[in-house]
Amino acid sequence: MNMKKSFKNMRKSTRRSFITYGFVIIAFIILQIMNGMGMLSFSLQGMLVPICAYVVMAVSLNLTVGILGELSLGHAGFMSVGAFTGVTAAMALQTAIPFAPLRLAVGMAVGAVFAAVVGFLIGIPVLRLKGDYLAIVTLAFGEIIKTIFTNLYVGVDQNGLHIRLLKNLSDLAEDGTMIVRGPMGMGGVAKISTFTAGFVLVMISLVVVFNLVNSRAGRAIMSIRDNRIAAESIGLHVTKYKMMAFVVSASLAGAAGALFAMNYSTIVASKFDFNTSILVLVFVVLGGLGNMLGSIIAAALLTILPEALRSFADYRMLVYAIVLILVMLATNNPTLRAWIDQLQKAVTGKRKKEAA
Amino acid sequence: MFPKLVPIPSSGMVPDRDVGKTPILECINLGITFGGLKAVENFNLTIGRTEIAGLIGPNGAGKTTVFNLLTKVYQPTKGTILLDGKDTHGMDTAHVNRAGIARTFQNIRLFQKLSVEDNVKTAMDTQLTYNMWEGIFRLPGYWKEEKVAHERALELLSLFHMEDMARVKAGSLPYGAQRRLEIVRALATNPSLLLLDEPAAGMNPSETAELMENIRKIRDTFQIAVLLIEHDMNLVMNICEGICVLNFGRIIAKGTPEDIQANPAVIEAYLGKKKEA
Repeated sequence: MNMKKSFKNMRKSTRRSFITYGFVIIAFIILQIMNGMGMLSFSLQGMLVPICAYVVMAVSLNLTVGILGELSLGHAGFMSVGAFTGVTAAMALQTAIPFAPLRLAVGMAVGAVFAAVVGFLIGIPVLRLKGDYLAIVTLAFGEIIKTIFTNLYVGVDQNGLHIRLLKNLSDLAEDGTMIVRGPMGMGGVAKISTFTAGFVLVMISLVVVFNLVNSRAGRAIMSIRDNRIAAESIGLHVTKYKMMAFVVSASLAGAAGALFAMNYSTIVASKFDFNTSILVLVFVVLGGLGNMLGSIIAAALLTILPEALRSFADYRMLVYAIVLILVMLATNNPTLRAWIDQLQKAVTGKRKKEAA
Repeated sequence: MFPKLVPIPSSGMVPDRDVGKTPILECINLGITFGGLKAVENFNLTIGRTEIAGLIGPNGAGKTTVFNLLTKVYQPTKGTILLDGKDTHGMDTAHVNRAGIARTFQNIRLFQKLSVEDNVKTAMDTQLTYNMWEGIFRLPGYWKEEKVAHERALELLSLFHMEDMARVKAGSLPYGAQRRLEIVRALATNPSLLLLDEPAAGMNPSETAELMENIRKIRDTFQIAVLLIEHDMNLVMNICEGICVLNFGRIIAKGTPEDIQANPAVIEAYLGKKKEA
């Protein structure tokens, strides 16, 4: 009773974040149980880690698009940075850290740090722009990152890392291993990503995003979104806060990229192209700007959907597009919205009575 | 001490209690041109530390432009602004606010999607010291400062009896409350000079009367100076200790409310010239 009361008296934002944590934890437990009982199909099992990676991507992009209010079309670029640097770190540390989960964690951390650095460097020119211009420039940076990784050669031997752009490695020792092979991407990656690791990363990114949003930084970021002139008039460091949101968003995407990459034995840079950026943006828009739970659900469902539509064979993407359009129409339908609001009121009204 | 460029009182506006103290604001030959248009020219004004001053004039006279110059939304093309004796040259809007000027806007600019309390707390950001990591990991610094900010925000809101609305979204407040919230938000930045751009616009007479009381209360409580733009002559004549009249970007009169009401140039600017019979 008492707990229920305090839950009701909580700030709306705090309550929403607790509901989201609860949803993710319950979903994880249910999927784990189903997996243990062998109720998940083989293809769905293989998608658990990518779902987690895309959920983190959606949550992090929602920070840029929903909270900061700037449209970024190059989010897959940060995923790419995280994937390549994270896998490189994990492979280079293969012998130093034999314990796979720790190596995975280090890989994700390295991916996050490098993506944050790249995010900072890209943020310097990009955050001076607004609206459409910002979107176009982020798109361009996403493509630049893709092109760089397509032409990058990285190998490791006892002398350390060897990095070349455009031409293959010539000075790699006999017993060294190639990690990144230009257009061929990374091969022989140890598949050390697990669903549990993905779940942990989702929880970490939720904690980071929610706690950031519900602190002075989050208030400042949202105030810049709502009214930049007023935000300046109350003395806020506008550039600093925009950069903070952008870098945090990039670093989470980097960690997601490392998680994603270590789920496959080969990974190529063209996987993280414009289409991936748009896909993640679709998760965010469909789930609702600034709505993290919505992003999570949209990311999970839309990652599964193409697989579920396999029976439509060639018409798969057509059906996918139609489903997207229908969902968009349905969620914007005033009658449906009013109905959902009523349902919500009925549920919370009941709760009020119980509390009284 | 910086050299006194303008002797006090330069406008005859500084009230007796502020005589002998340095002024909070001095504008010296301030001017800005847009293309060939001189929007504001030779603007000289001195405001005492606890003065309520008014800036009036017909539409298009350049009143809001003066506010935008003071807050560096526009960089002045000529002249100097001294805030508490310090030149604000080269500062940007945010910097000027941190130096002590807070403002409200003619067309309300609230953070619509934030709650009332968060609107106020955002304005305290420059007074908070905990960093991003303390916020993300909820370290003691976060809890300590957020608690103080929360209490301070409610205290400020209670000035205007708005503490019950603390959790409401700012965008869904009624018009009058939005105007009051803008003033509270400006006060939360801890200013020494408060600029109010048409605070009574759209208010009915009883709301305006309440606003007058509130402006006096703010001055007395915080011991700060207030400069306001207003078309409501009743309000201006009642609460302003000094008034400055602007027309076509130039000051045409300065003085106490009594002086202004009797000034022929002001009457001409507002009512037009009497035709020669």
